[in-house]
Amino acid sequence: MARRPLRIVLAEDSALLREGLIGILERAGHEVVASATDPDELVAAVRADRPDVVITDVRMPPGHSDEGLRAAAAIREEQPALPILVLSQYVADAYLPVLMDSTGTAGIGYLLKDRVGRVADFLVSLDQVVEGQTVVDPEVVRQLLARRSDDGPLAALTAREREVLALMAEGRTNGSIAAALFVSDAAVRKHVGSIFAKLDLGDDHDRRVSAVLTYLRGQ
Amino acid sequence: MTSATRTSPVWSVVGGNPVRLVLSPWPWRSLAYLLTGAVIGLVSLVGFFVTIGVGVVTTPLIIGLFILGALPKLGAMIAVVERRRLPLMLGEAAAPGPSETPWWRTPRDAASWRALGYAVLLALILWAVDALVVVVVVTTVVVSLLSPLLAHYDTVGMLWWQLDSTREALPFAIIATPVGLVLGSYVLTVLAAAQSSLARILLSPREEELEARVTELRRSRIDLVDAFETERKRIERDLHDGVQQRMVALTMLLGRAELDVPEGEGLALVRQAHSEAEAALADLREVVRGVHPRVLTDLGLGAAIREVADRMPIPVRVDVSLDERPPAQVEAAAYFVVSEGLANVAKHAEARSAAIQARRAGDSLVLVVSDDGHGGAVVGEGTGLSGLVTRLDALGGTLTVTSPAGGPTELRMESPWHVDR
Repeated sequence: MARRPLRIVLAEDSALLREGLIGILERAGHEVVASATDPDELVAAVRADRPDVVITDVRMPPGHSDEGLRAAAAIREEQPALPILVLSQYVADAYLPVLMDSTGTAGIGYLLKDRVGRVADFLVSLDQVVEGQTVVDPEVVRQLLARRSDDGPLAALTAREREVLALMAEGRTNGSIAAALFVSDAAVRKHVGSIFAKLDLGDDHDRRVSAVLTYLRGQ
Repeated sequence: MTSATRTSPVWSVVGGNPVRLVLSPWPWRSLAYLLTGAVIGLVSLVGFFVTIGVGVVTTPLIIGLFILGALPKLGAMIAVVERRRLPLMLGEAAAPGPSETPWWRTPRDAASWRALGYAVLLALILWAVDALVVVVVVTTVVVSLLSPLLAHYDTVGMLWWQLDSTREALPFAIIATPVGLVLGSYVLTVLAAAQSSLARILLSPREEELEARVTELRRSRIDLVDAFETERKRIERDLHDGVQQRMVALTMLLGRAELDVPEGEGLALVRQAHSEAEAALADLREVVRGVHPRVLTDLGLGAAIREVADRMPIPVRVDVSLDERPPAQVEAAAYFVVSEGLANVAKHAEARSAAIQARRAGDSLVLVVSDDGHGGAVVGEGTGLSGLVTRLDALGGTLTVTSPAGGPTELRMESPWHVDR
């Protein structure tokens, strides 16, 4: 379990969503130490408040493009150990390189804002990011899998193994995958081992999400 | 089209059989043209004189300067009347259309100054020539025809003939009237044809002006494409900042409610509402993607095309190698060609795979969407592709489909890399 309460810097330019997020985070016992409405405020708040985790929107003033994502990458350069959870009303795997190819070692998350409403799942994802894991939205994983559908080694996976692979890519633990697929932990471990072997992912199971995502992105 | 290629049919009649000319309506039309020309020219002359006179006299009162300044407008007004008169000689098709500049506006272009020059020419010379020729021709023919009658009362002098009696005049009338008719017809018709040709040359827009108008039209079409793009981006942003945000806030609220509502029917309803809200959000995201894809704006054509390709039920090979991003209009056109092209592949082609290739060839963007389906595709009315053809046309590009029965189908877009205005 992550430390509680988490000290959070939140960047979200819409007051409506900012209030909604603060409500959910504070109800879970966390503390939003600063909320920013643009990238400059975000960077300043991160420097001033030394938070445990940053939660940021992708689209922010002034350009209403991907400023939040760029700010997250910049923060990661500056503070590689600071976990960052990026939220967006719209996700695409094309944005992954901006986040994942930065030098940071801390956890990183990239989720649709809709997922925040699934409060329990969202809080688990937040904890995972704080603990240093990578969490990726199922929609992004679906896109990645679609991209690589004609690929040789992927085609060698069984249907069940593909399901496990998708859940792994989202950053789920074995326990969480077992619960989602209604199978035992042992069965999940067996599938994971088989996937690692078939895709030739090595055996660093501690950083398996990165390994899977890197494989799916074709690098 | 140049003025030289649009000759009036009257010239071919002038060069043909004289009997046909006399029997054709052209002499009468020419007579009408010259008569009205004489009247309009005279009125114009009076108009110029009055305007200049009043203008000069009232110059000390400043107002005269304005009156003199109105001279070009007088020319433009006369040109308006003259253009109306031209179809009489040229036929509706060959006559110049109305001027771009209304007569009450001070003319600025060369065409308006040529129109003023024509008006001055009409007022000073042409009307007098018209009047003289009409009077001479009509008098000659009428007097020749009536010479037997006139000679009965008085001596009739025609050129070098003296006709003293009806007996003398009768053979003259029989020979001279047809000759006068033929000659008169030629004189009237040639003069009217020449004048109407002169009027057309001076009152029609010249080639360089037509070119300027084509450029202007092209620019306004590109502006239209721009406006279309801007509008789509605005709608996308409105949806993002408005309804989409409210829906996300709603899912957050429902998520919190699920934590507080006690287990039971109430909680089941809240959960159902939550699922519905999520489904609505997913639908809304699709709509927003169709209006203007975020990835295209943020990351460019390659990423946006890959995203569309990922949504296809069949494998799509994407090969986009562009060193830099083309202008936004070209990028958007290319994106919509791909999304429309792939939508058609999914709907109609029964293909097993598709491929997209985009590259820069010189100063063009070349994009090809191909599939291994059964072919037979056309860019027809009602398909999304016909709208894209129009859009590419405005950018100076083309969209072509090669789709033989049995396949394969290839949709090829070529667009200038730069959008020139």
